[in-house]
Amino acid sequence: MTAQGWTLILVFTVLIVALAKPMGMWLFALYEGRRTPFHAVLGPVERGFYKLAGIDPNAEQNWRRYALHMLLFQLAALLFTYAILRLQGVLPMNPRGLAGIGADGAMNTAISFTTNTNWQWYSGEVALSNLSQMVGLTIHNFLSAATGIAIAFAMFRGFARRQTSGIGNFWADMTRVTLYLLLPLCLVYAIFLIASGVPQTFASLVDATTLEGVKQHIVVGPVASQEAIKMLGTNGGGFFNANSAHPFENPTALTNLVQMLSIFSIGVGLSWCFGKAVGNPRQGWAILGAMMVLFLAGVSIVYWQEAAGNPMLHQLGLPGGNMEGKEVRFGLAASALFSVITTAASCGAVNAMHDSFTALGGLVPMFNIQLGEIVVGGVGAGIYGFLLFAVLAVFVAGLMVGRTPEYVGKKIESREVKLAVLAIAVLPLCILGFTALASVLPQGLAGPLNKGPHGFSEILYTFSSATGNNGSAFAGITSGTPFYNGLIGIAMWIGRFFMIVPVLAIAGSLAAKKYTPETSGSFPTTGPLWVGLLVSIILIVGGLTFLPSLALGPIADHLAMIHGQLF
Amino acid sequence: MTTASSIFSAKLVGPAIGNAFRKLNPRELVKNPVLFTTAVVALLLTVLLVAGGEKLAFGFQVQLIVWLWLTVLFGTFAEALAEGRGRAQAASLRAAKSELVARLPDGKTVPASQLKRGDIVVVGTGDLIPADGEVTEGVASVNEAAITGESAPVIREAGGDRSAVTAGTRVISDHIKMRVTQEPGQGFLDRMIALVEGAERQKTPNEIALTILLVGLTIIFLIAVATIPSFASYAGGHIPVALLAALLITLIPTTIAALLSAIGIAGMDRLVRFNVLAKSGRAVEAAGDVDVLLLDKTGTITIGDRQASEFRPVTGVEVSELADAALLASLADETPEGRSIVTLARERFGVKQAALPSGAEVIPFTAQTRISGVRAEGSLIQKGAVDSVFKANPGSGDSAQANELRRITDEIARGGMTPLAVARDGRILGAVALKDVIKAGVRERFSELRRMGIRTVMITGDNPLTAASIAAEAGVDDFLAEATPEDKLDLIRKEQQGGRLVAMCGDGTNDAPALAQADVGVAMNTGTQAAREAGNMVDLDSDPTKLIEIVGLGKQLLMTRGALTTFSVANDVAKYFAIIPAMFVVLYPGLAVLNIMGLSSPNSAILSAIIFNALIIPLLVPLALKGVKYRAIGAGPLLARNLAVYGLGGLIAPFIGIKLIDLAVAGLGLA
Repeated sequence: MTAQGWTLILVFTVLIVALAKPMGMWLFALYEGRRTPFHAVLGPVERGFYKLAGIDPNAEQNWRRYALHMLLFQLAALLFTYAILRLQGVLPMNPRGLAGIGADGAMNTAISFTTNTNWQWYSGEVALSNLSQMVGLTIHNFLSAATGIAIAFAMFRGFARRQTSGIGNFWADMTRVTLYLLLPLCLVYAIFLIASGVPQTFASLVDATTLEGVKQHIVVGPVASQEAIKMLGTNGGGFFNANSAHPFENPTALTNLVQMLSIFSIGVGLSWCFGKAVGNPRQGWAILGAMMVLFLAGVSIVYWQEAAGNPMLHQLGLPGGNMEGKEVRFGLAASALFSVITTAASCGAVNAMHDSFTALGGLVPMFNIQLGEIVVGGVGAGIYGFLLFAVLAVFVAGLMVGRTPEYVGKKIESREVKLAVLAIAVLPLCILGFTALASVLPQGLAGPLNKGPHGFSEILYTFSSATGNNGSAFAGITSGTPFYNGLIGIAMWIGRFFMIVPVLAIAGSLAAKKYTPETSGSFPTTGPLWVGLLVSIILIVGGLTFLPSLALGPIADHLAMIHGQLF
Repeated sequence: MTTASSIFSAKLVGPAIGNAFRKLNPRELVKNPVLFTTAVVALLLTVLLVAGGEKLAFGFQVQLIVWLWLTVLFGTFAEALAEGRGRAQAASLRAAKSELVARLPDGKTVPASQLKRGDIVVVGTGDLIPADGEVTEGVASVNEAAITGESAPVIREAGGDRSAVTAGTRVISDHIKMRVTQEPGQGFLDRMIALVEGAERQKTPNEIALTILLVGLTIIFLIAVATIPSFASYAGGHIPVALLAALLITLIPTTIAALLSAIGIAGMDRLVRFNVLAKSGRAVEAAGDVDVLLLDKTGTITIGDRQASEFRPVTGVEVSELADAALLASLADETPEGRSIVTLARERFGVKQAALPSGAEVIPFTAQTRISGVRAEGSLIQKGAVDSVFKANPGSGDSAQANELRRITDEIARGGMTPLAVARDGRILGAVALKDVIKAGVRERFSELRRMGIRTVMITGDNPLTAASIAAEAGVDDFLAEATPEDKLDLIRKEQQGGRLVAMCGDGTNDAPALAQADVGVAMNTGTQAAREAGNMVDLDSDPTKLIEIVGLGKQLLMTRGALTTFSVANDVAKYFAIIPAMFVVLYPGLAVLNIMGLSSPNSAILSAIIFNALIIPLLVPLALKGVKYRAIGAGPLLARNLAVYGLGGLIAPFIGIKLIDLAVAGLGLA
């Protein structure tokens, strides 16, 4: 570990916390449906959309309606992408003449992008046409991100509103977030990336002659535009298989820092926005505080483990940290930091191969995902997932002040507890259930590249990533089989929507409740005590469930490494 | 204070053990899903043992199974014990009820159990009142010790706010005619018996929510455990079912699940011991949530009786003349206020008159005129509220004296006293100042309530000036002056609109709507049947100050639940560290490093965790029954304190406990 490395981690932390309020204010304007500076230009576009679709943006929807419209929209978008991928061969913008994708693969990818997972069983540059990338996939990068933010808004309204059934209008939330947040941000971001050297072209191949005189085909394409939303929307699906380790996706140290910041930017903004929405920004800071505690703990472990390296290599006279699977350009600290950010945030973009991390270094990203990616988390998904844990923490410990549990002025009662438990139980059910299936069935056992506990980690990581809608992979696994495509597809769908629907139901239930004013007898949800409590509940309820599986995976792997055995 | 020894007294423990087994009935047990799961697992292992399907040491399996069954039994025992405590109390009530007979107006006697609503019965000196009802004729003094434990008799009379009588209480003097107001089996006594016995116990909303959480945790841990065999098979091994069962049972929240209903029953029981009868567990929970307390000034904030402290004549009237008139007007007034006027006039001004002159006609106080007085020696002396005296003497309100009196009365009111105007033959003489005496210690109580986040509102019939002064002196947060029952009701509605929970107490029929509207309505037992029906609690001592303690008891109930839930959940960390290495060490020997407690062997680790998990239940029974002590130190410090004790304690205690048990298990060679 170096001072430079820690400085990078520190600078990142300071910058991201500083971003929370400005991003939060921007989001809050959209949450409230207020005018932003972009309305002057884009306002007519927004109204045009509503007119065209016959939508009244001011019509409040109850949670059932909100959820129904959201689901129908996702289904339509899913089928649209499925069709494009299947028909890729006959559609235009296919200069390399690629064939259509098979049914299981296309369905897997369609679900993957609809659910903000961006799990890629294929290599983008090899298998997909420009049309598929831009229309079939990039569109989801926007829509799935906007969906996440819309759900978060709906949940905020549940906490903030009193005795009403309306939790907002799905179409208005989607349109506003896309038009006034994602598009302008991405435009600026993409231009910055182009200026830094990221390609943006409709051409597909560049022929180069290397120093040795060998002809080389280098794949290029509309990379910058996809790269921007890949990060901001915590999608993570790269243009290239190597993702952000690829110099065309992530050319410089500066782009690396900006990419890391952009993964977290909307997430931290939403934390602030939540506080503002419930009338007390300190509530938002408390959440961000708890997230940052978990984040920094994760980064420290990964950096420490990666810097410590592999004792077996040390014995062979190869000192230093674990550089396997890392970009030399970024080094240990930036890779450790990136890996924790991308898994904490449900992004899934990578600038190093997590599979090649040391066992415990790889455990942290996996554990981050298993917690439900609530440490800042995916856009929207992070904060609503986190609020589920807040509801549970308040319920478990809130009684200890001698009152029926309340959170930000709303009583937490059986309905909320039931729904929160339901949503949280989805994670172990899918992750552990599917891992259990894959680790006994021959089709599942065919997947992992490595043996022993490391191979088990690869399976566990796969289903963690799918259920958590992360999309990153422990690269060793061969997942493009019908078995994995199918199971992963189901895991992604359940992980996304079996979480969102209960979340919306909670929003509806909370919105209908009265507001209980805070008194000195109310459960305090702003101080360090609350932050500590949240972290403990998240680790105990969210984390301990996975201890047996982690013990048989990365922990056993690590202990074996110490004893001189590698897998 | 209840001590551990009285909780485990032989008289209660014996029957509780029997009932603990009776509660193993699946239909009964299924109401507690976590214990039910434990029982199912225990049964499964028992069957497996008999079938011989497991490759584990026989003795080890037997021990494991025994401890699993004990876990279930400890849970049912805790509930049975809590119920037993209530039942002991109910027994004395039932004894009072069994021999009741009713005498009908025609002289016939029938067993009380045959009385129906609307029946008229006669009760004479020495008789037990056969049913709940209302006095329709006569007045009697009644000993209500059977239900209140208070031996001083109370007056029950037809009409007014003291007409309610309760079955099982004894008439000491005089006789009354009463109308039965309850159907058989639904009387006050019946309900009280049912409640303290826990027979009618329904889960409260908070208990239901907590049960859902516990079921949710059980499902999550079930998933975690059920997937282990597949993981183990990947690693090329096999985990015996008994070990999986041990892990599951230690992880699911058996501790809190076992104690949950005991906590609820004990909470009700504490209230009953405090002589307050809650009609539902929900009301007790609501008490903990109360944000606003409406407190009647008289009796709660001030001692009931106002004392005359000063005579304030208007210009042109001698003090002695005013004192003289006031004394005359008060001689027949047997209220404490009237007596204090007499005392003041005699002691301060030497007025000698000992009794009313013969032929004097007493004009009693009525709610309509709101004045009283006397017509004696050819003149009429009136005493009453200032406005009422003006009203009774048309024209008197316009004189210079009247204006002076208003000034005087304002001064009196600003001093926190109540003015009474005195007039002779329509001429204003002046005012008597009645001073409210604030109870000792109420100021501290109110600041304590403020720290608890509870606002106090004083309800009084006084005018706003007097009310403001008393409110300031007593340290209440707000007051409602010249309060009518409608004002009270409006205030409650307004507070509830703002999302606050309101508690109040009352006794009169006109309090009934407010009592019904309040989230916690405590009716005084001396109150009318209507008030007792409307409230969701009845204070058998009829002491309005107890409202404050009731809030504390409600908080104690909720806190106990929260503390034990936190403790139960925090326990899991240590159990993981005991069982996971023990279970997986055959697959990957390296995992032995997770055995941070240094437990002697895998079998001993598993057994120790299971034993700890079982033993912690009876160890916590006293806490569950006594409740976690509530301190009025504000939510933040309270949370910090409880998190340190039950959260951190819950994290650490099992590490120590399991290690100690392991030493014993290894020492005894049990595993």
